[in-house]
Amino acid sequence: MKKVIMGNHALSYGAMLSRSQVIAAYPITPQTQVVELLSEMCADGTLNAKFIKVESEHSAMAACIGASAAGARAFTATSSQGLALMHEMLHWASGGRLPVVLGNINRAMAPGWTIWTDQNDSLSQRDTGWIQFYCASNQEVVDTVIQAFKVSEALAIPSMVVLDAFALSHTYEVVDIPDQAKVDAYLPPFNPPYRVTPDDPRAFGGLTGPEHYMELRFKLQKDMEKVLEMIERTGREYEKQFGRYLGLVDDYLCDDAEIILVTSGTAGYTAHVAVDEMRDHGLKVGNLRIKVFRPFPFEIVRRLTQSAKKIAVVDRNISYGHHGIFAQELKSAIYGHGDCKPVFGFIAGLGGRDITPASFREVVDFTISHDRPEEEIIWIGVKK
Amino acid sequence: MTEESMDIDMSMPTNTVEEFLRMERMPHIWCPGCGIGTTVNCFAHALETSGLDLKKVSIVSGIGCTGRVAGYLKLDSFHTTHGRALPFATGLKLANPDLKVVVYSGDGDLTAIGGNHFIHAARRNVDMTVILINNFIYGMTGGQVAPTTPIGATASTTPYGNFEEPFNLPYLAESCGAVYVARWTAYHVRHATKAIKDALRKRGFSFVEILAPCPTLYSRRNRLGDGLDQMKFYRDNSEVKNDADTKTVGLSFQGKVIVGKFVDKDKPTYLDSMNAFYAQKFGDKYSPYKG
Ligand SMILES: Cc1ncc(C[n+]2csc(CCOP(=O)(O)OP(=O)(O)O)c2C)c(N)n1
Ligand code: SF4
Ligand SMILES: [Mg+2]
Repeated sequence: MKKVIMGNHALSYGAMLSRSQVIAAYPITPQTQVVELLSEMCADGTLNAKFIKVESEHSAMAACIGASAAGARAFTATSSQGLALMHEMLHWASGGRLPVVLGNINRAMAPGWTIWTDQNDSLSQRDTGWIQFYCASNQEVVDTVIQAFKVSEALAIPSMVVLDAFALSHTYEVVDIPDQAKVDAYLPPFNPPYRVTPDDPRAFGGLTGPEHYMELRFKLQKDMEKVLEMIERTGREYEKQFGRYLGLVDDYLCDDAEIILVTSGTAGYTAHVAVDEMRDHGLKVGNLRIKVFRPFPFEIVRRLTQSAKKIAVVDRNISYGHHGIFAQELKSAIYGHGDCKPVFGFIAGLGGRDITPASFREVVDFTISHDRPEEEIIWIGVKK
Repeated sequence: MTEESMDIDMSMPTNTVEEFLRMERMPHIWCPGCGIGTTVNCFAHALETSGLDLKKVSIVSGIGCTGRVAGYLKLDSFHTTHGRALPFATGLKLANPDLKVVVYSGDGDLTAIGGNHFIHAARRNVDMTVILINNFIYGMTGGQVAPTTPIGATASTTPYGNFEEPFNLPYLAESCGAVYVARWTAYHVRHATKAIKDALRKRGFSFVEILAPCPTLYSRRNRLGDGLDQMKFYRDNSEVKNDADTKTVGLSFQGKVIVGKFVDKDKPTYLDSMNAFYAQKFGDKYSPYKG
């Protein structure tokens, strides 16, 4: 069934079709519609789930953790300050190996208070042990939520499905809403090996001394390493059912490209348009949109950038005192593999400033006209 | 109204509280009929007549429609994160005890995400005034259910009405230790002004709850008419009961509203207790903390 829906409702549909059983959330702009639609679905019986209207995001994640530990499929959504407030609990969900799925709308952090997009909220959570998916269309959002539950539950690692504030959260697009029976076949009920139940009493979250702690972390990392393959496999399965492949990256004309743009989120779609224009002018440019950021898809990124002469990473985020976060990842991915080509790190669009096709033309012009980046960060569209 | 003389010269073309406002930030964001602006007027008049040195008054807000107040008042102001106005304010007061610290924020900010801080600031009897604007929902984010939403009222996250028991805020404040507790509505401008002035003069944790219409989200969704209708409701359904037992002043959906000054007592403040305690423990060796 095709519907015209906003990005936020795409998250709600994903959570509904996945038959989430517990939803706990606290409102924050620009996430509110996700939860409002879900509260309606829970109240009118469309979705057989308990909706808990908690008093903060910290409690929202805590409630999801409790629900997941009891064996229920748990979902929440938040943004920016709310995600930051959840931080302690994010570690708890991954450390407790609880496959909660969280929708995060990328919104820049305060102060200055803002509601517009950039990725510093979710990227600040990169070391919490969560899988992170970055979406660029409403279709991708619905599909990814369903896949996220599948991958998370298979490996007992929570997932974050991320989309840009307004550019996606409030943009309406045609979405093919997957058929519920097919989703049920793809995603069977959550059935964890351990759960909090009187039938099989166990203690969770106990004190762990140096003799065990490191092994817990080792196991989490080992399972994280299985995520990429699992995403590809479940992505193919999804394609069989629904005709859309859900992979690690979206590569566009990378094969013969001399310059590869590396992008994420909705800016990745804008880059797509810019690449078409530049190709019309005879420039051999490609676009590699990273969909899965954690775990980082090293191998496929290496393979796709292998024959390019230069890489231009456009980051809508910054690691203060270092540089763009995707640029760091790119460098670490190609370091020591083949010839070390220059990686140009651009920063654009912080706090919701537009990233347009012209921004990408500027990026490519700069990359063509310089042998090396010379500076760690090349700023696009900043008033200096 | 005998207790206060607040003669406003109606022939004056300008708003008499302009000197308390950052006029360069006008127009404000509040919707037509919103009650928050009315309460700011009350606050400004209370300040005007309080005799307080404005250089020593600091205002702290969290986030929300009400949270914008800090940005509009021409005082040292602190626009903090959602829910944390009270700990910011506590830090401010302890670092500079000479300041008169006022927290001005919404029901969601102070009692949902910031509820924990509310009970502890009251328990410690930190010397500050808390003005809480209760519009029964999270206004800024689109009218979601809050811990103050009456049973039966509709909010954007309770499409068929709320079933959760709401807070009775005066009772909560009193039981946690507040020394001054009052409730008025945006209709009762003179009473509210007087209450704010009393609260500002009080030493210790003083709390003023003001019910205010949110026509855009709360009234509309509950079919209660516009801001004026809600004001008329407050006029017709409020009962002044000073010294009422706070246990009995809980609110129901469009039910009777008990207003008045419920608590006014004296108790050592946080700093008083600290200084007295250590003075007793260490005698002359202890010099009282002055910030
Ligand atoms: C950590 C965090 N979570 C959520 C929000 C979003 N948020 C902003 S204001 C608000 C509610 C405000 O409600 P209230 O305090 O009652 O103020 P009102 O707007 O009704 O005056 C929320 C949930 C935020 N800014 N930060
Ligand atoms: S949404 Fe409600 S509380 Fe916020 S400014 Fe408008 S009327 Fe006032
Ligand atoms: Mg409110």
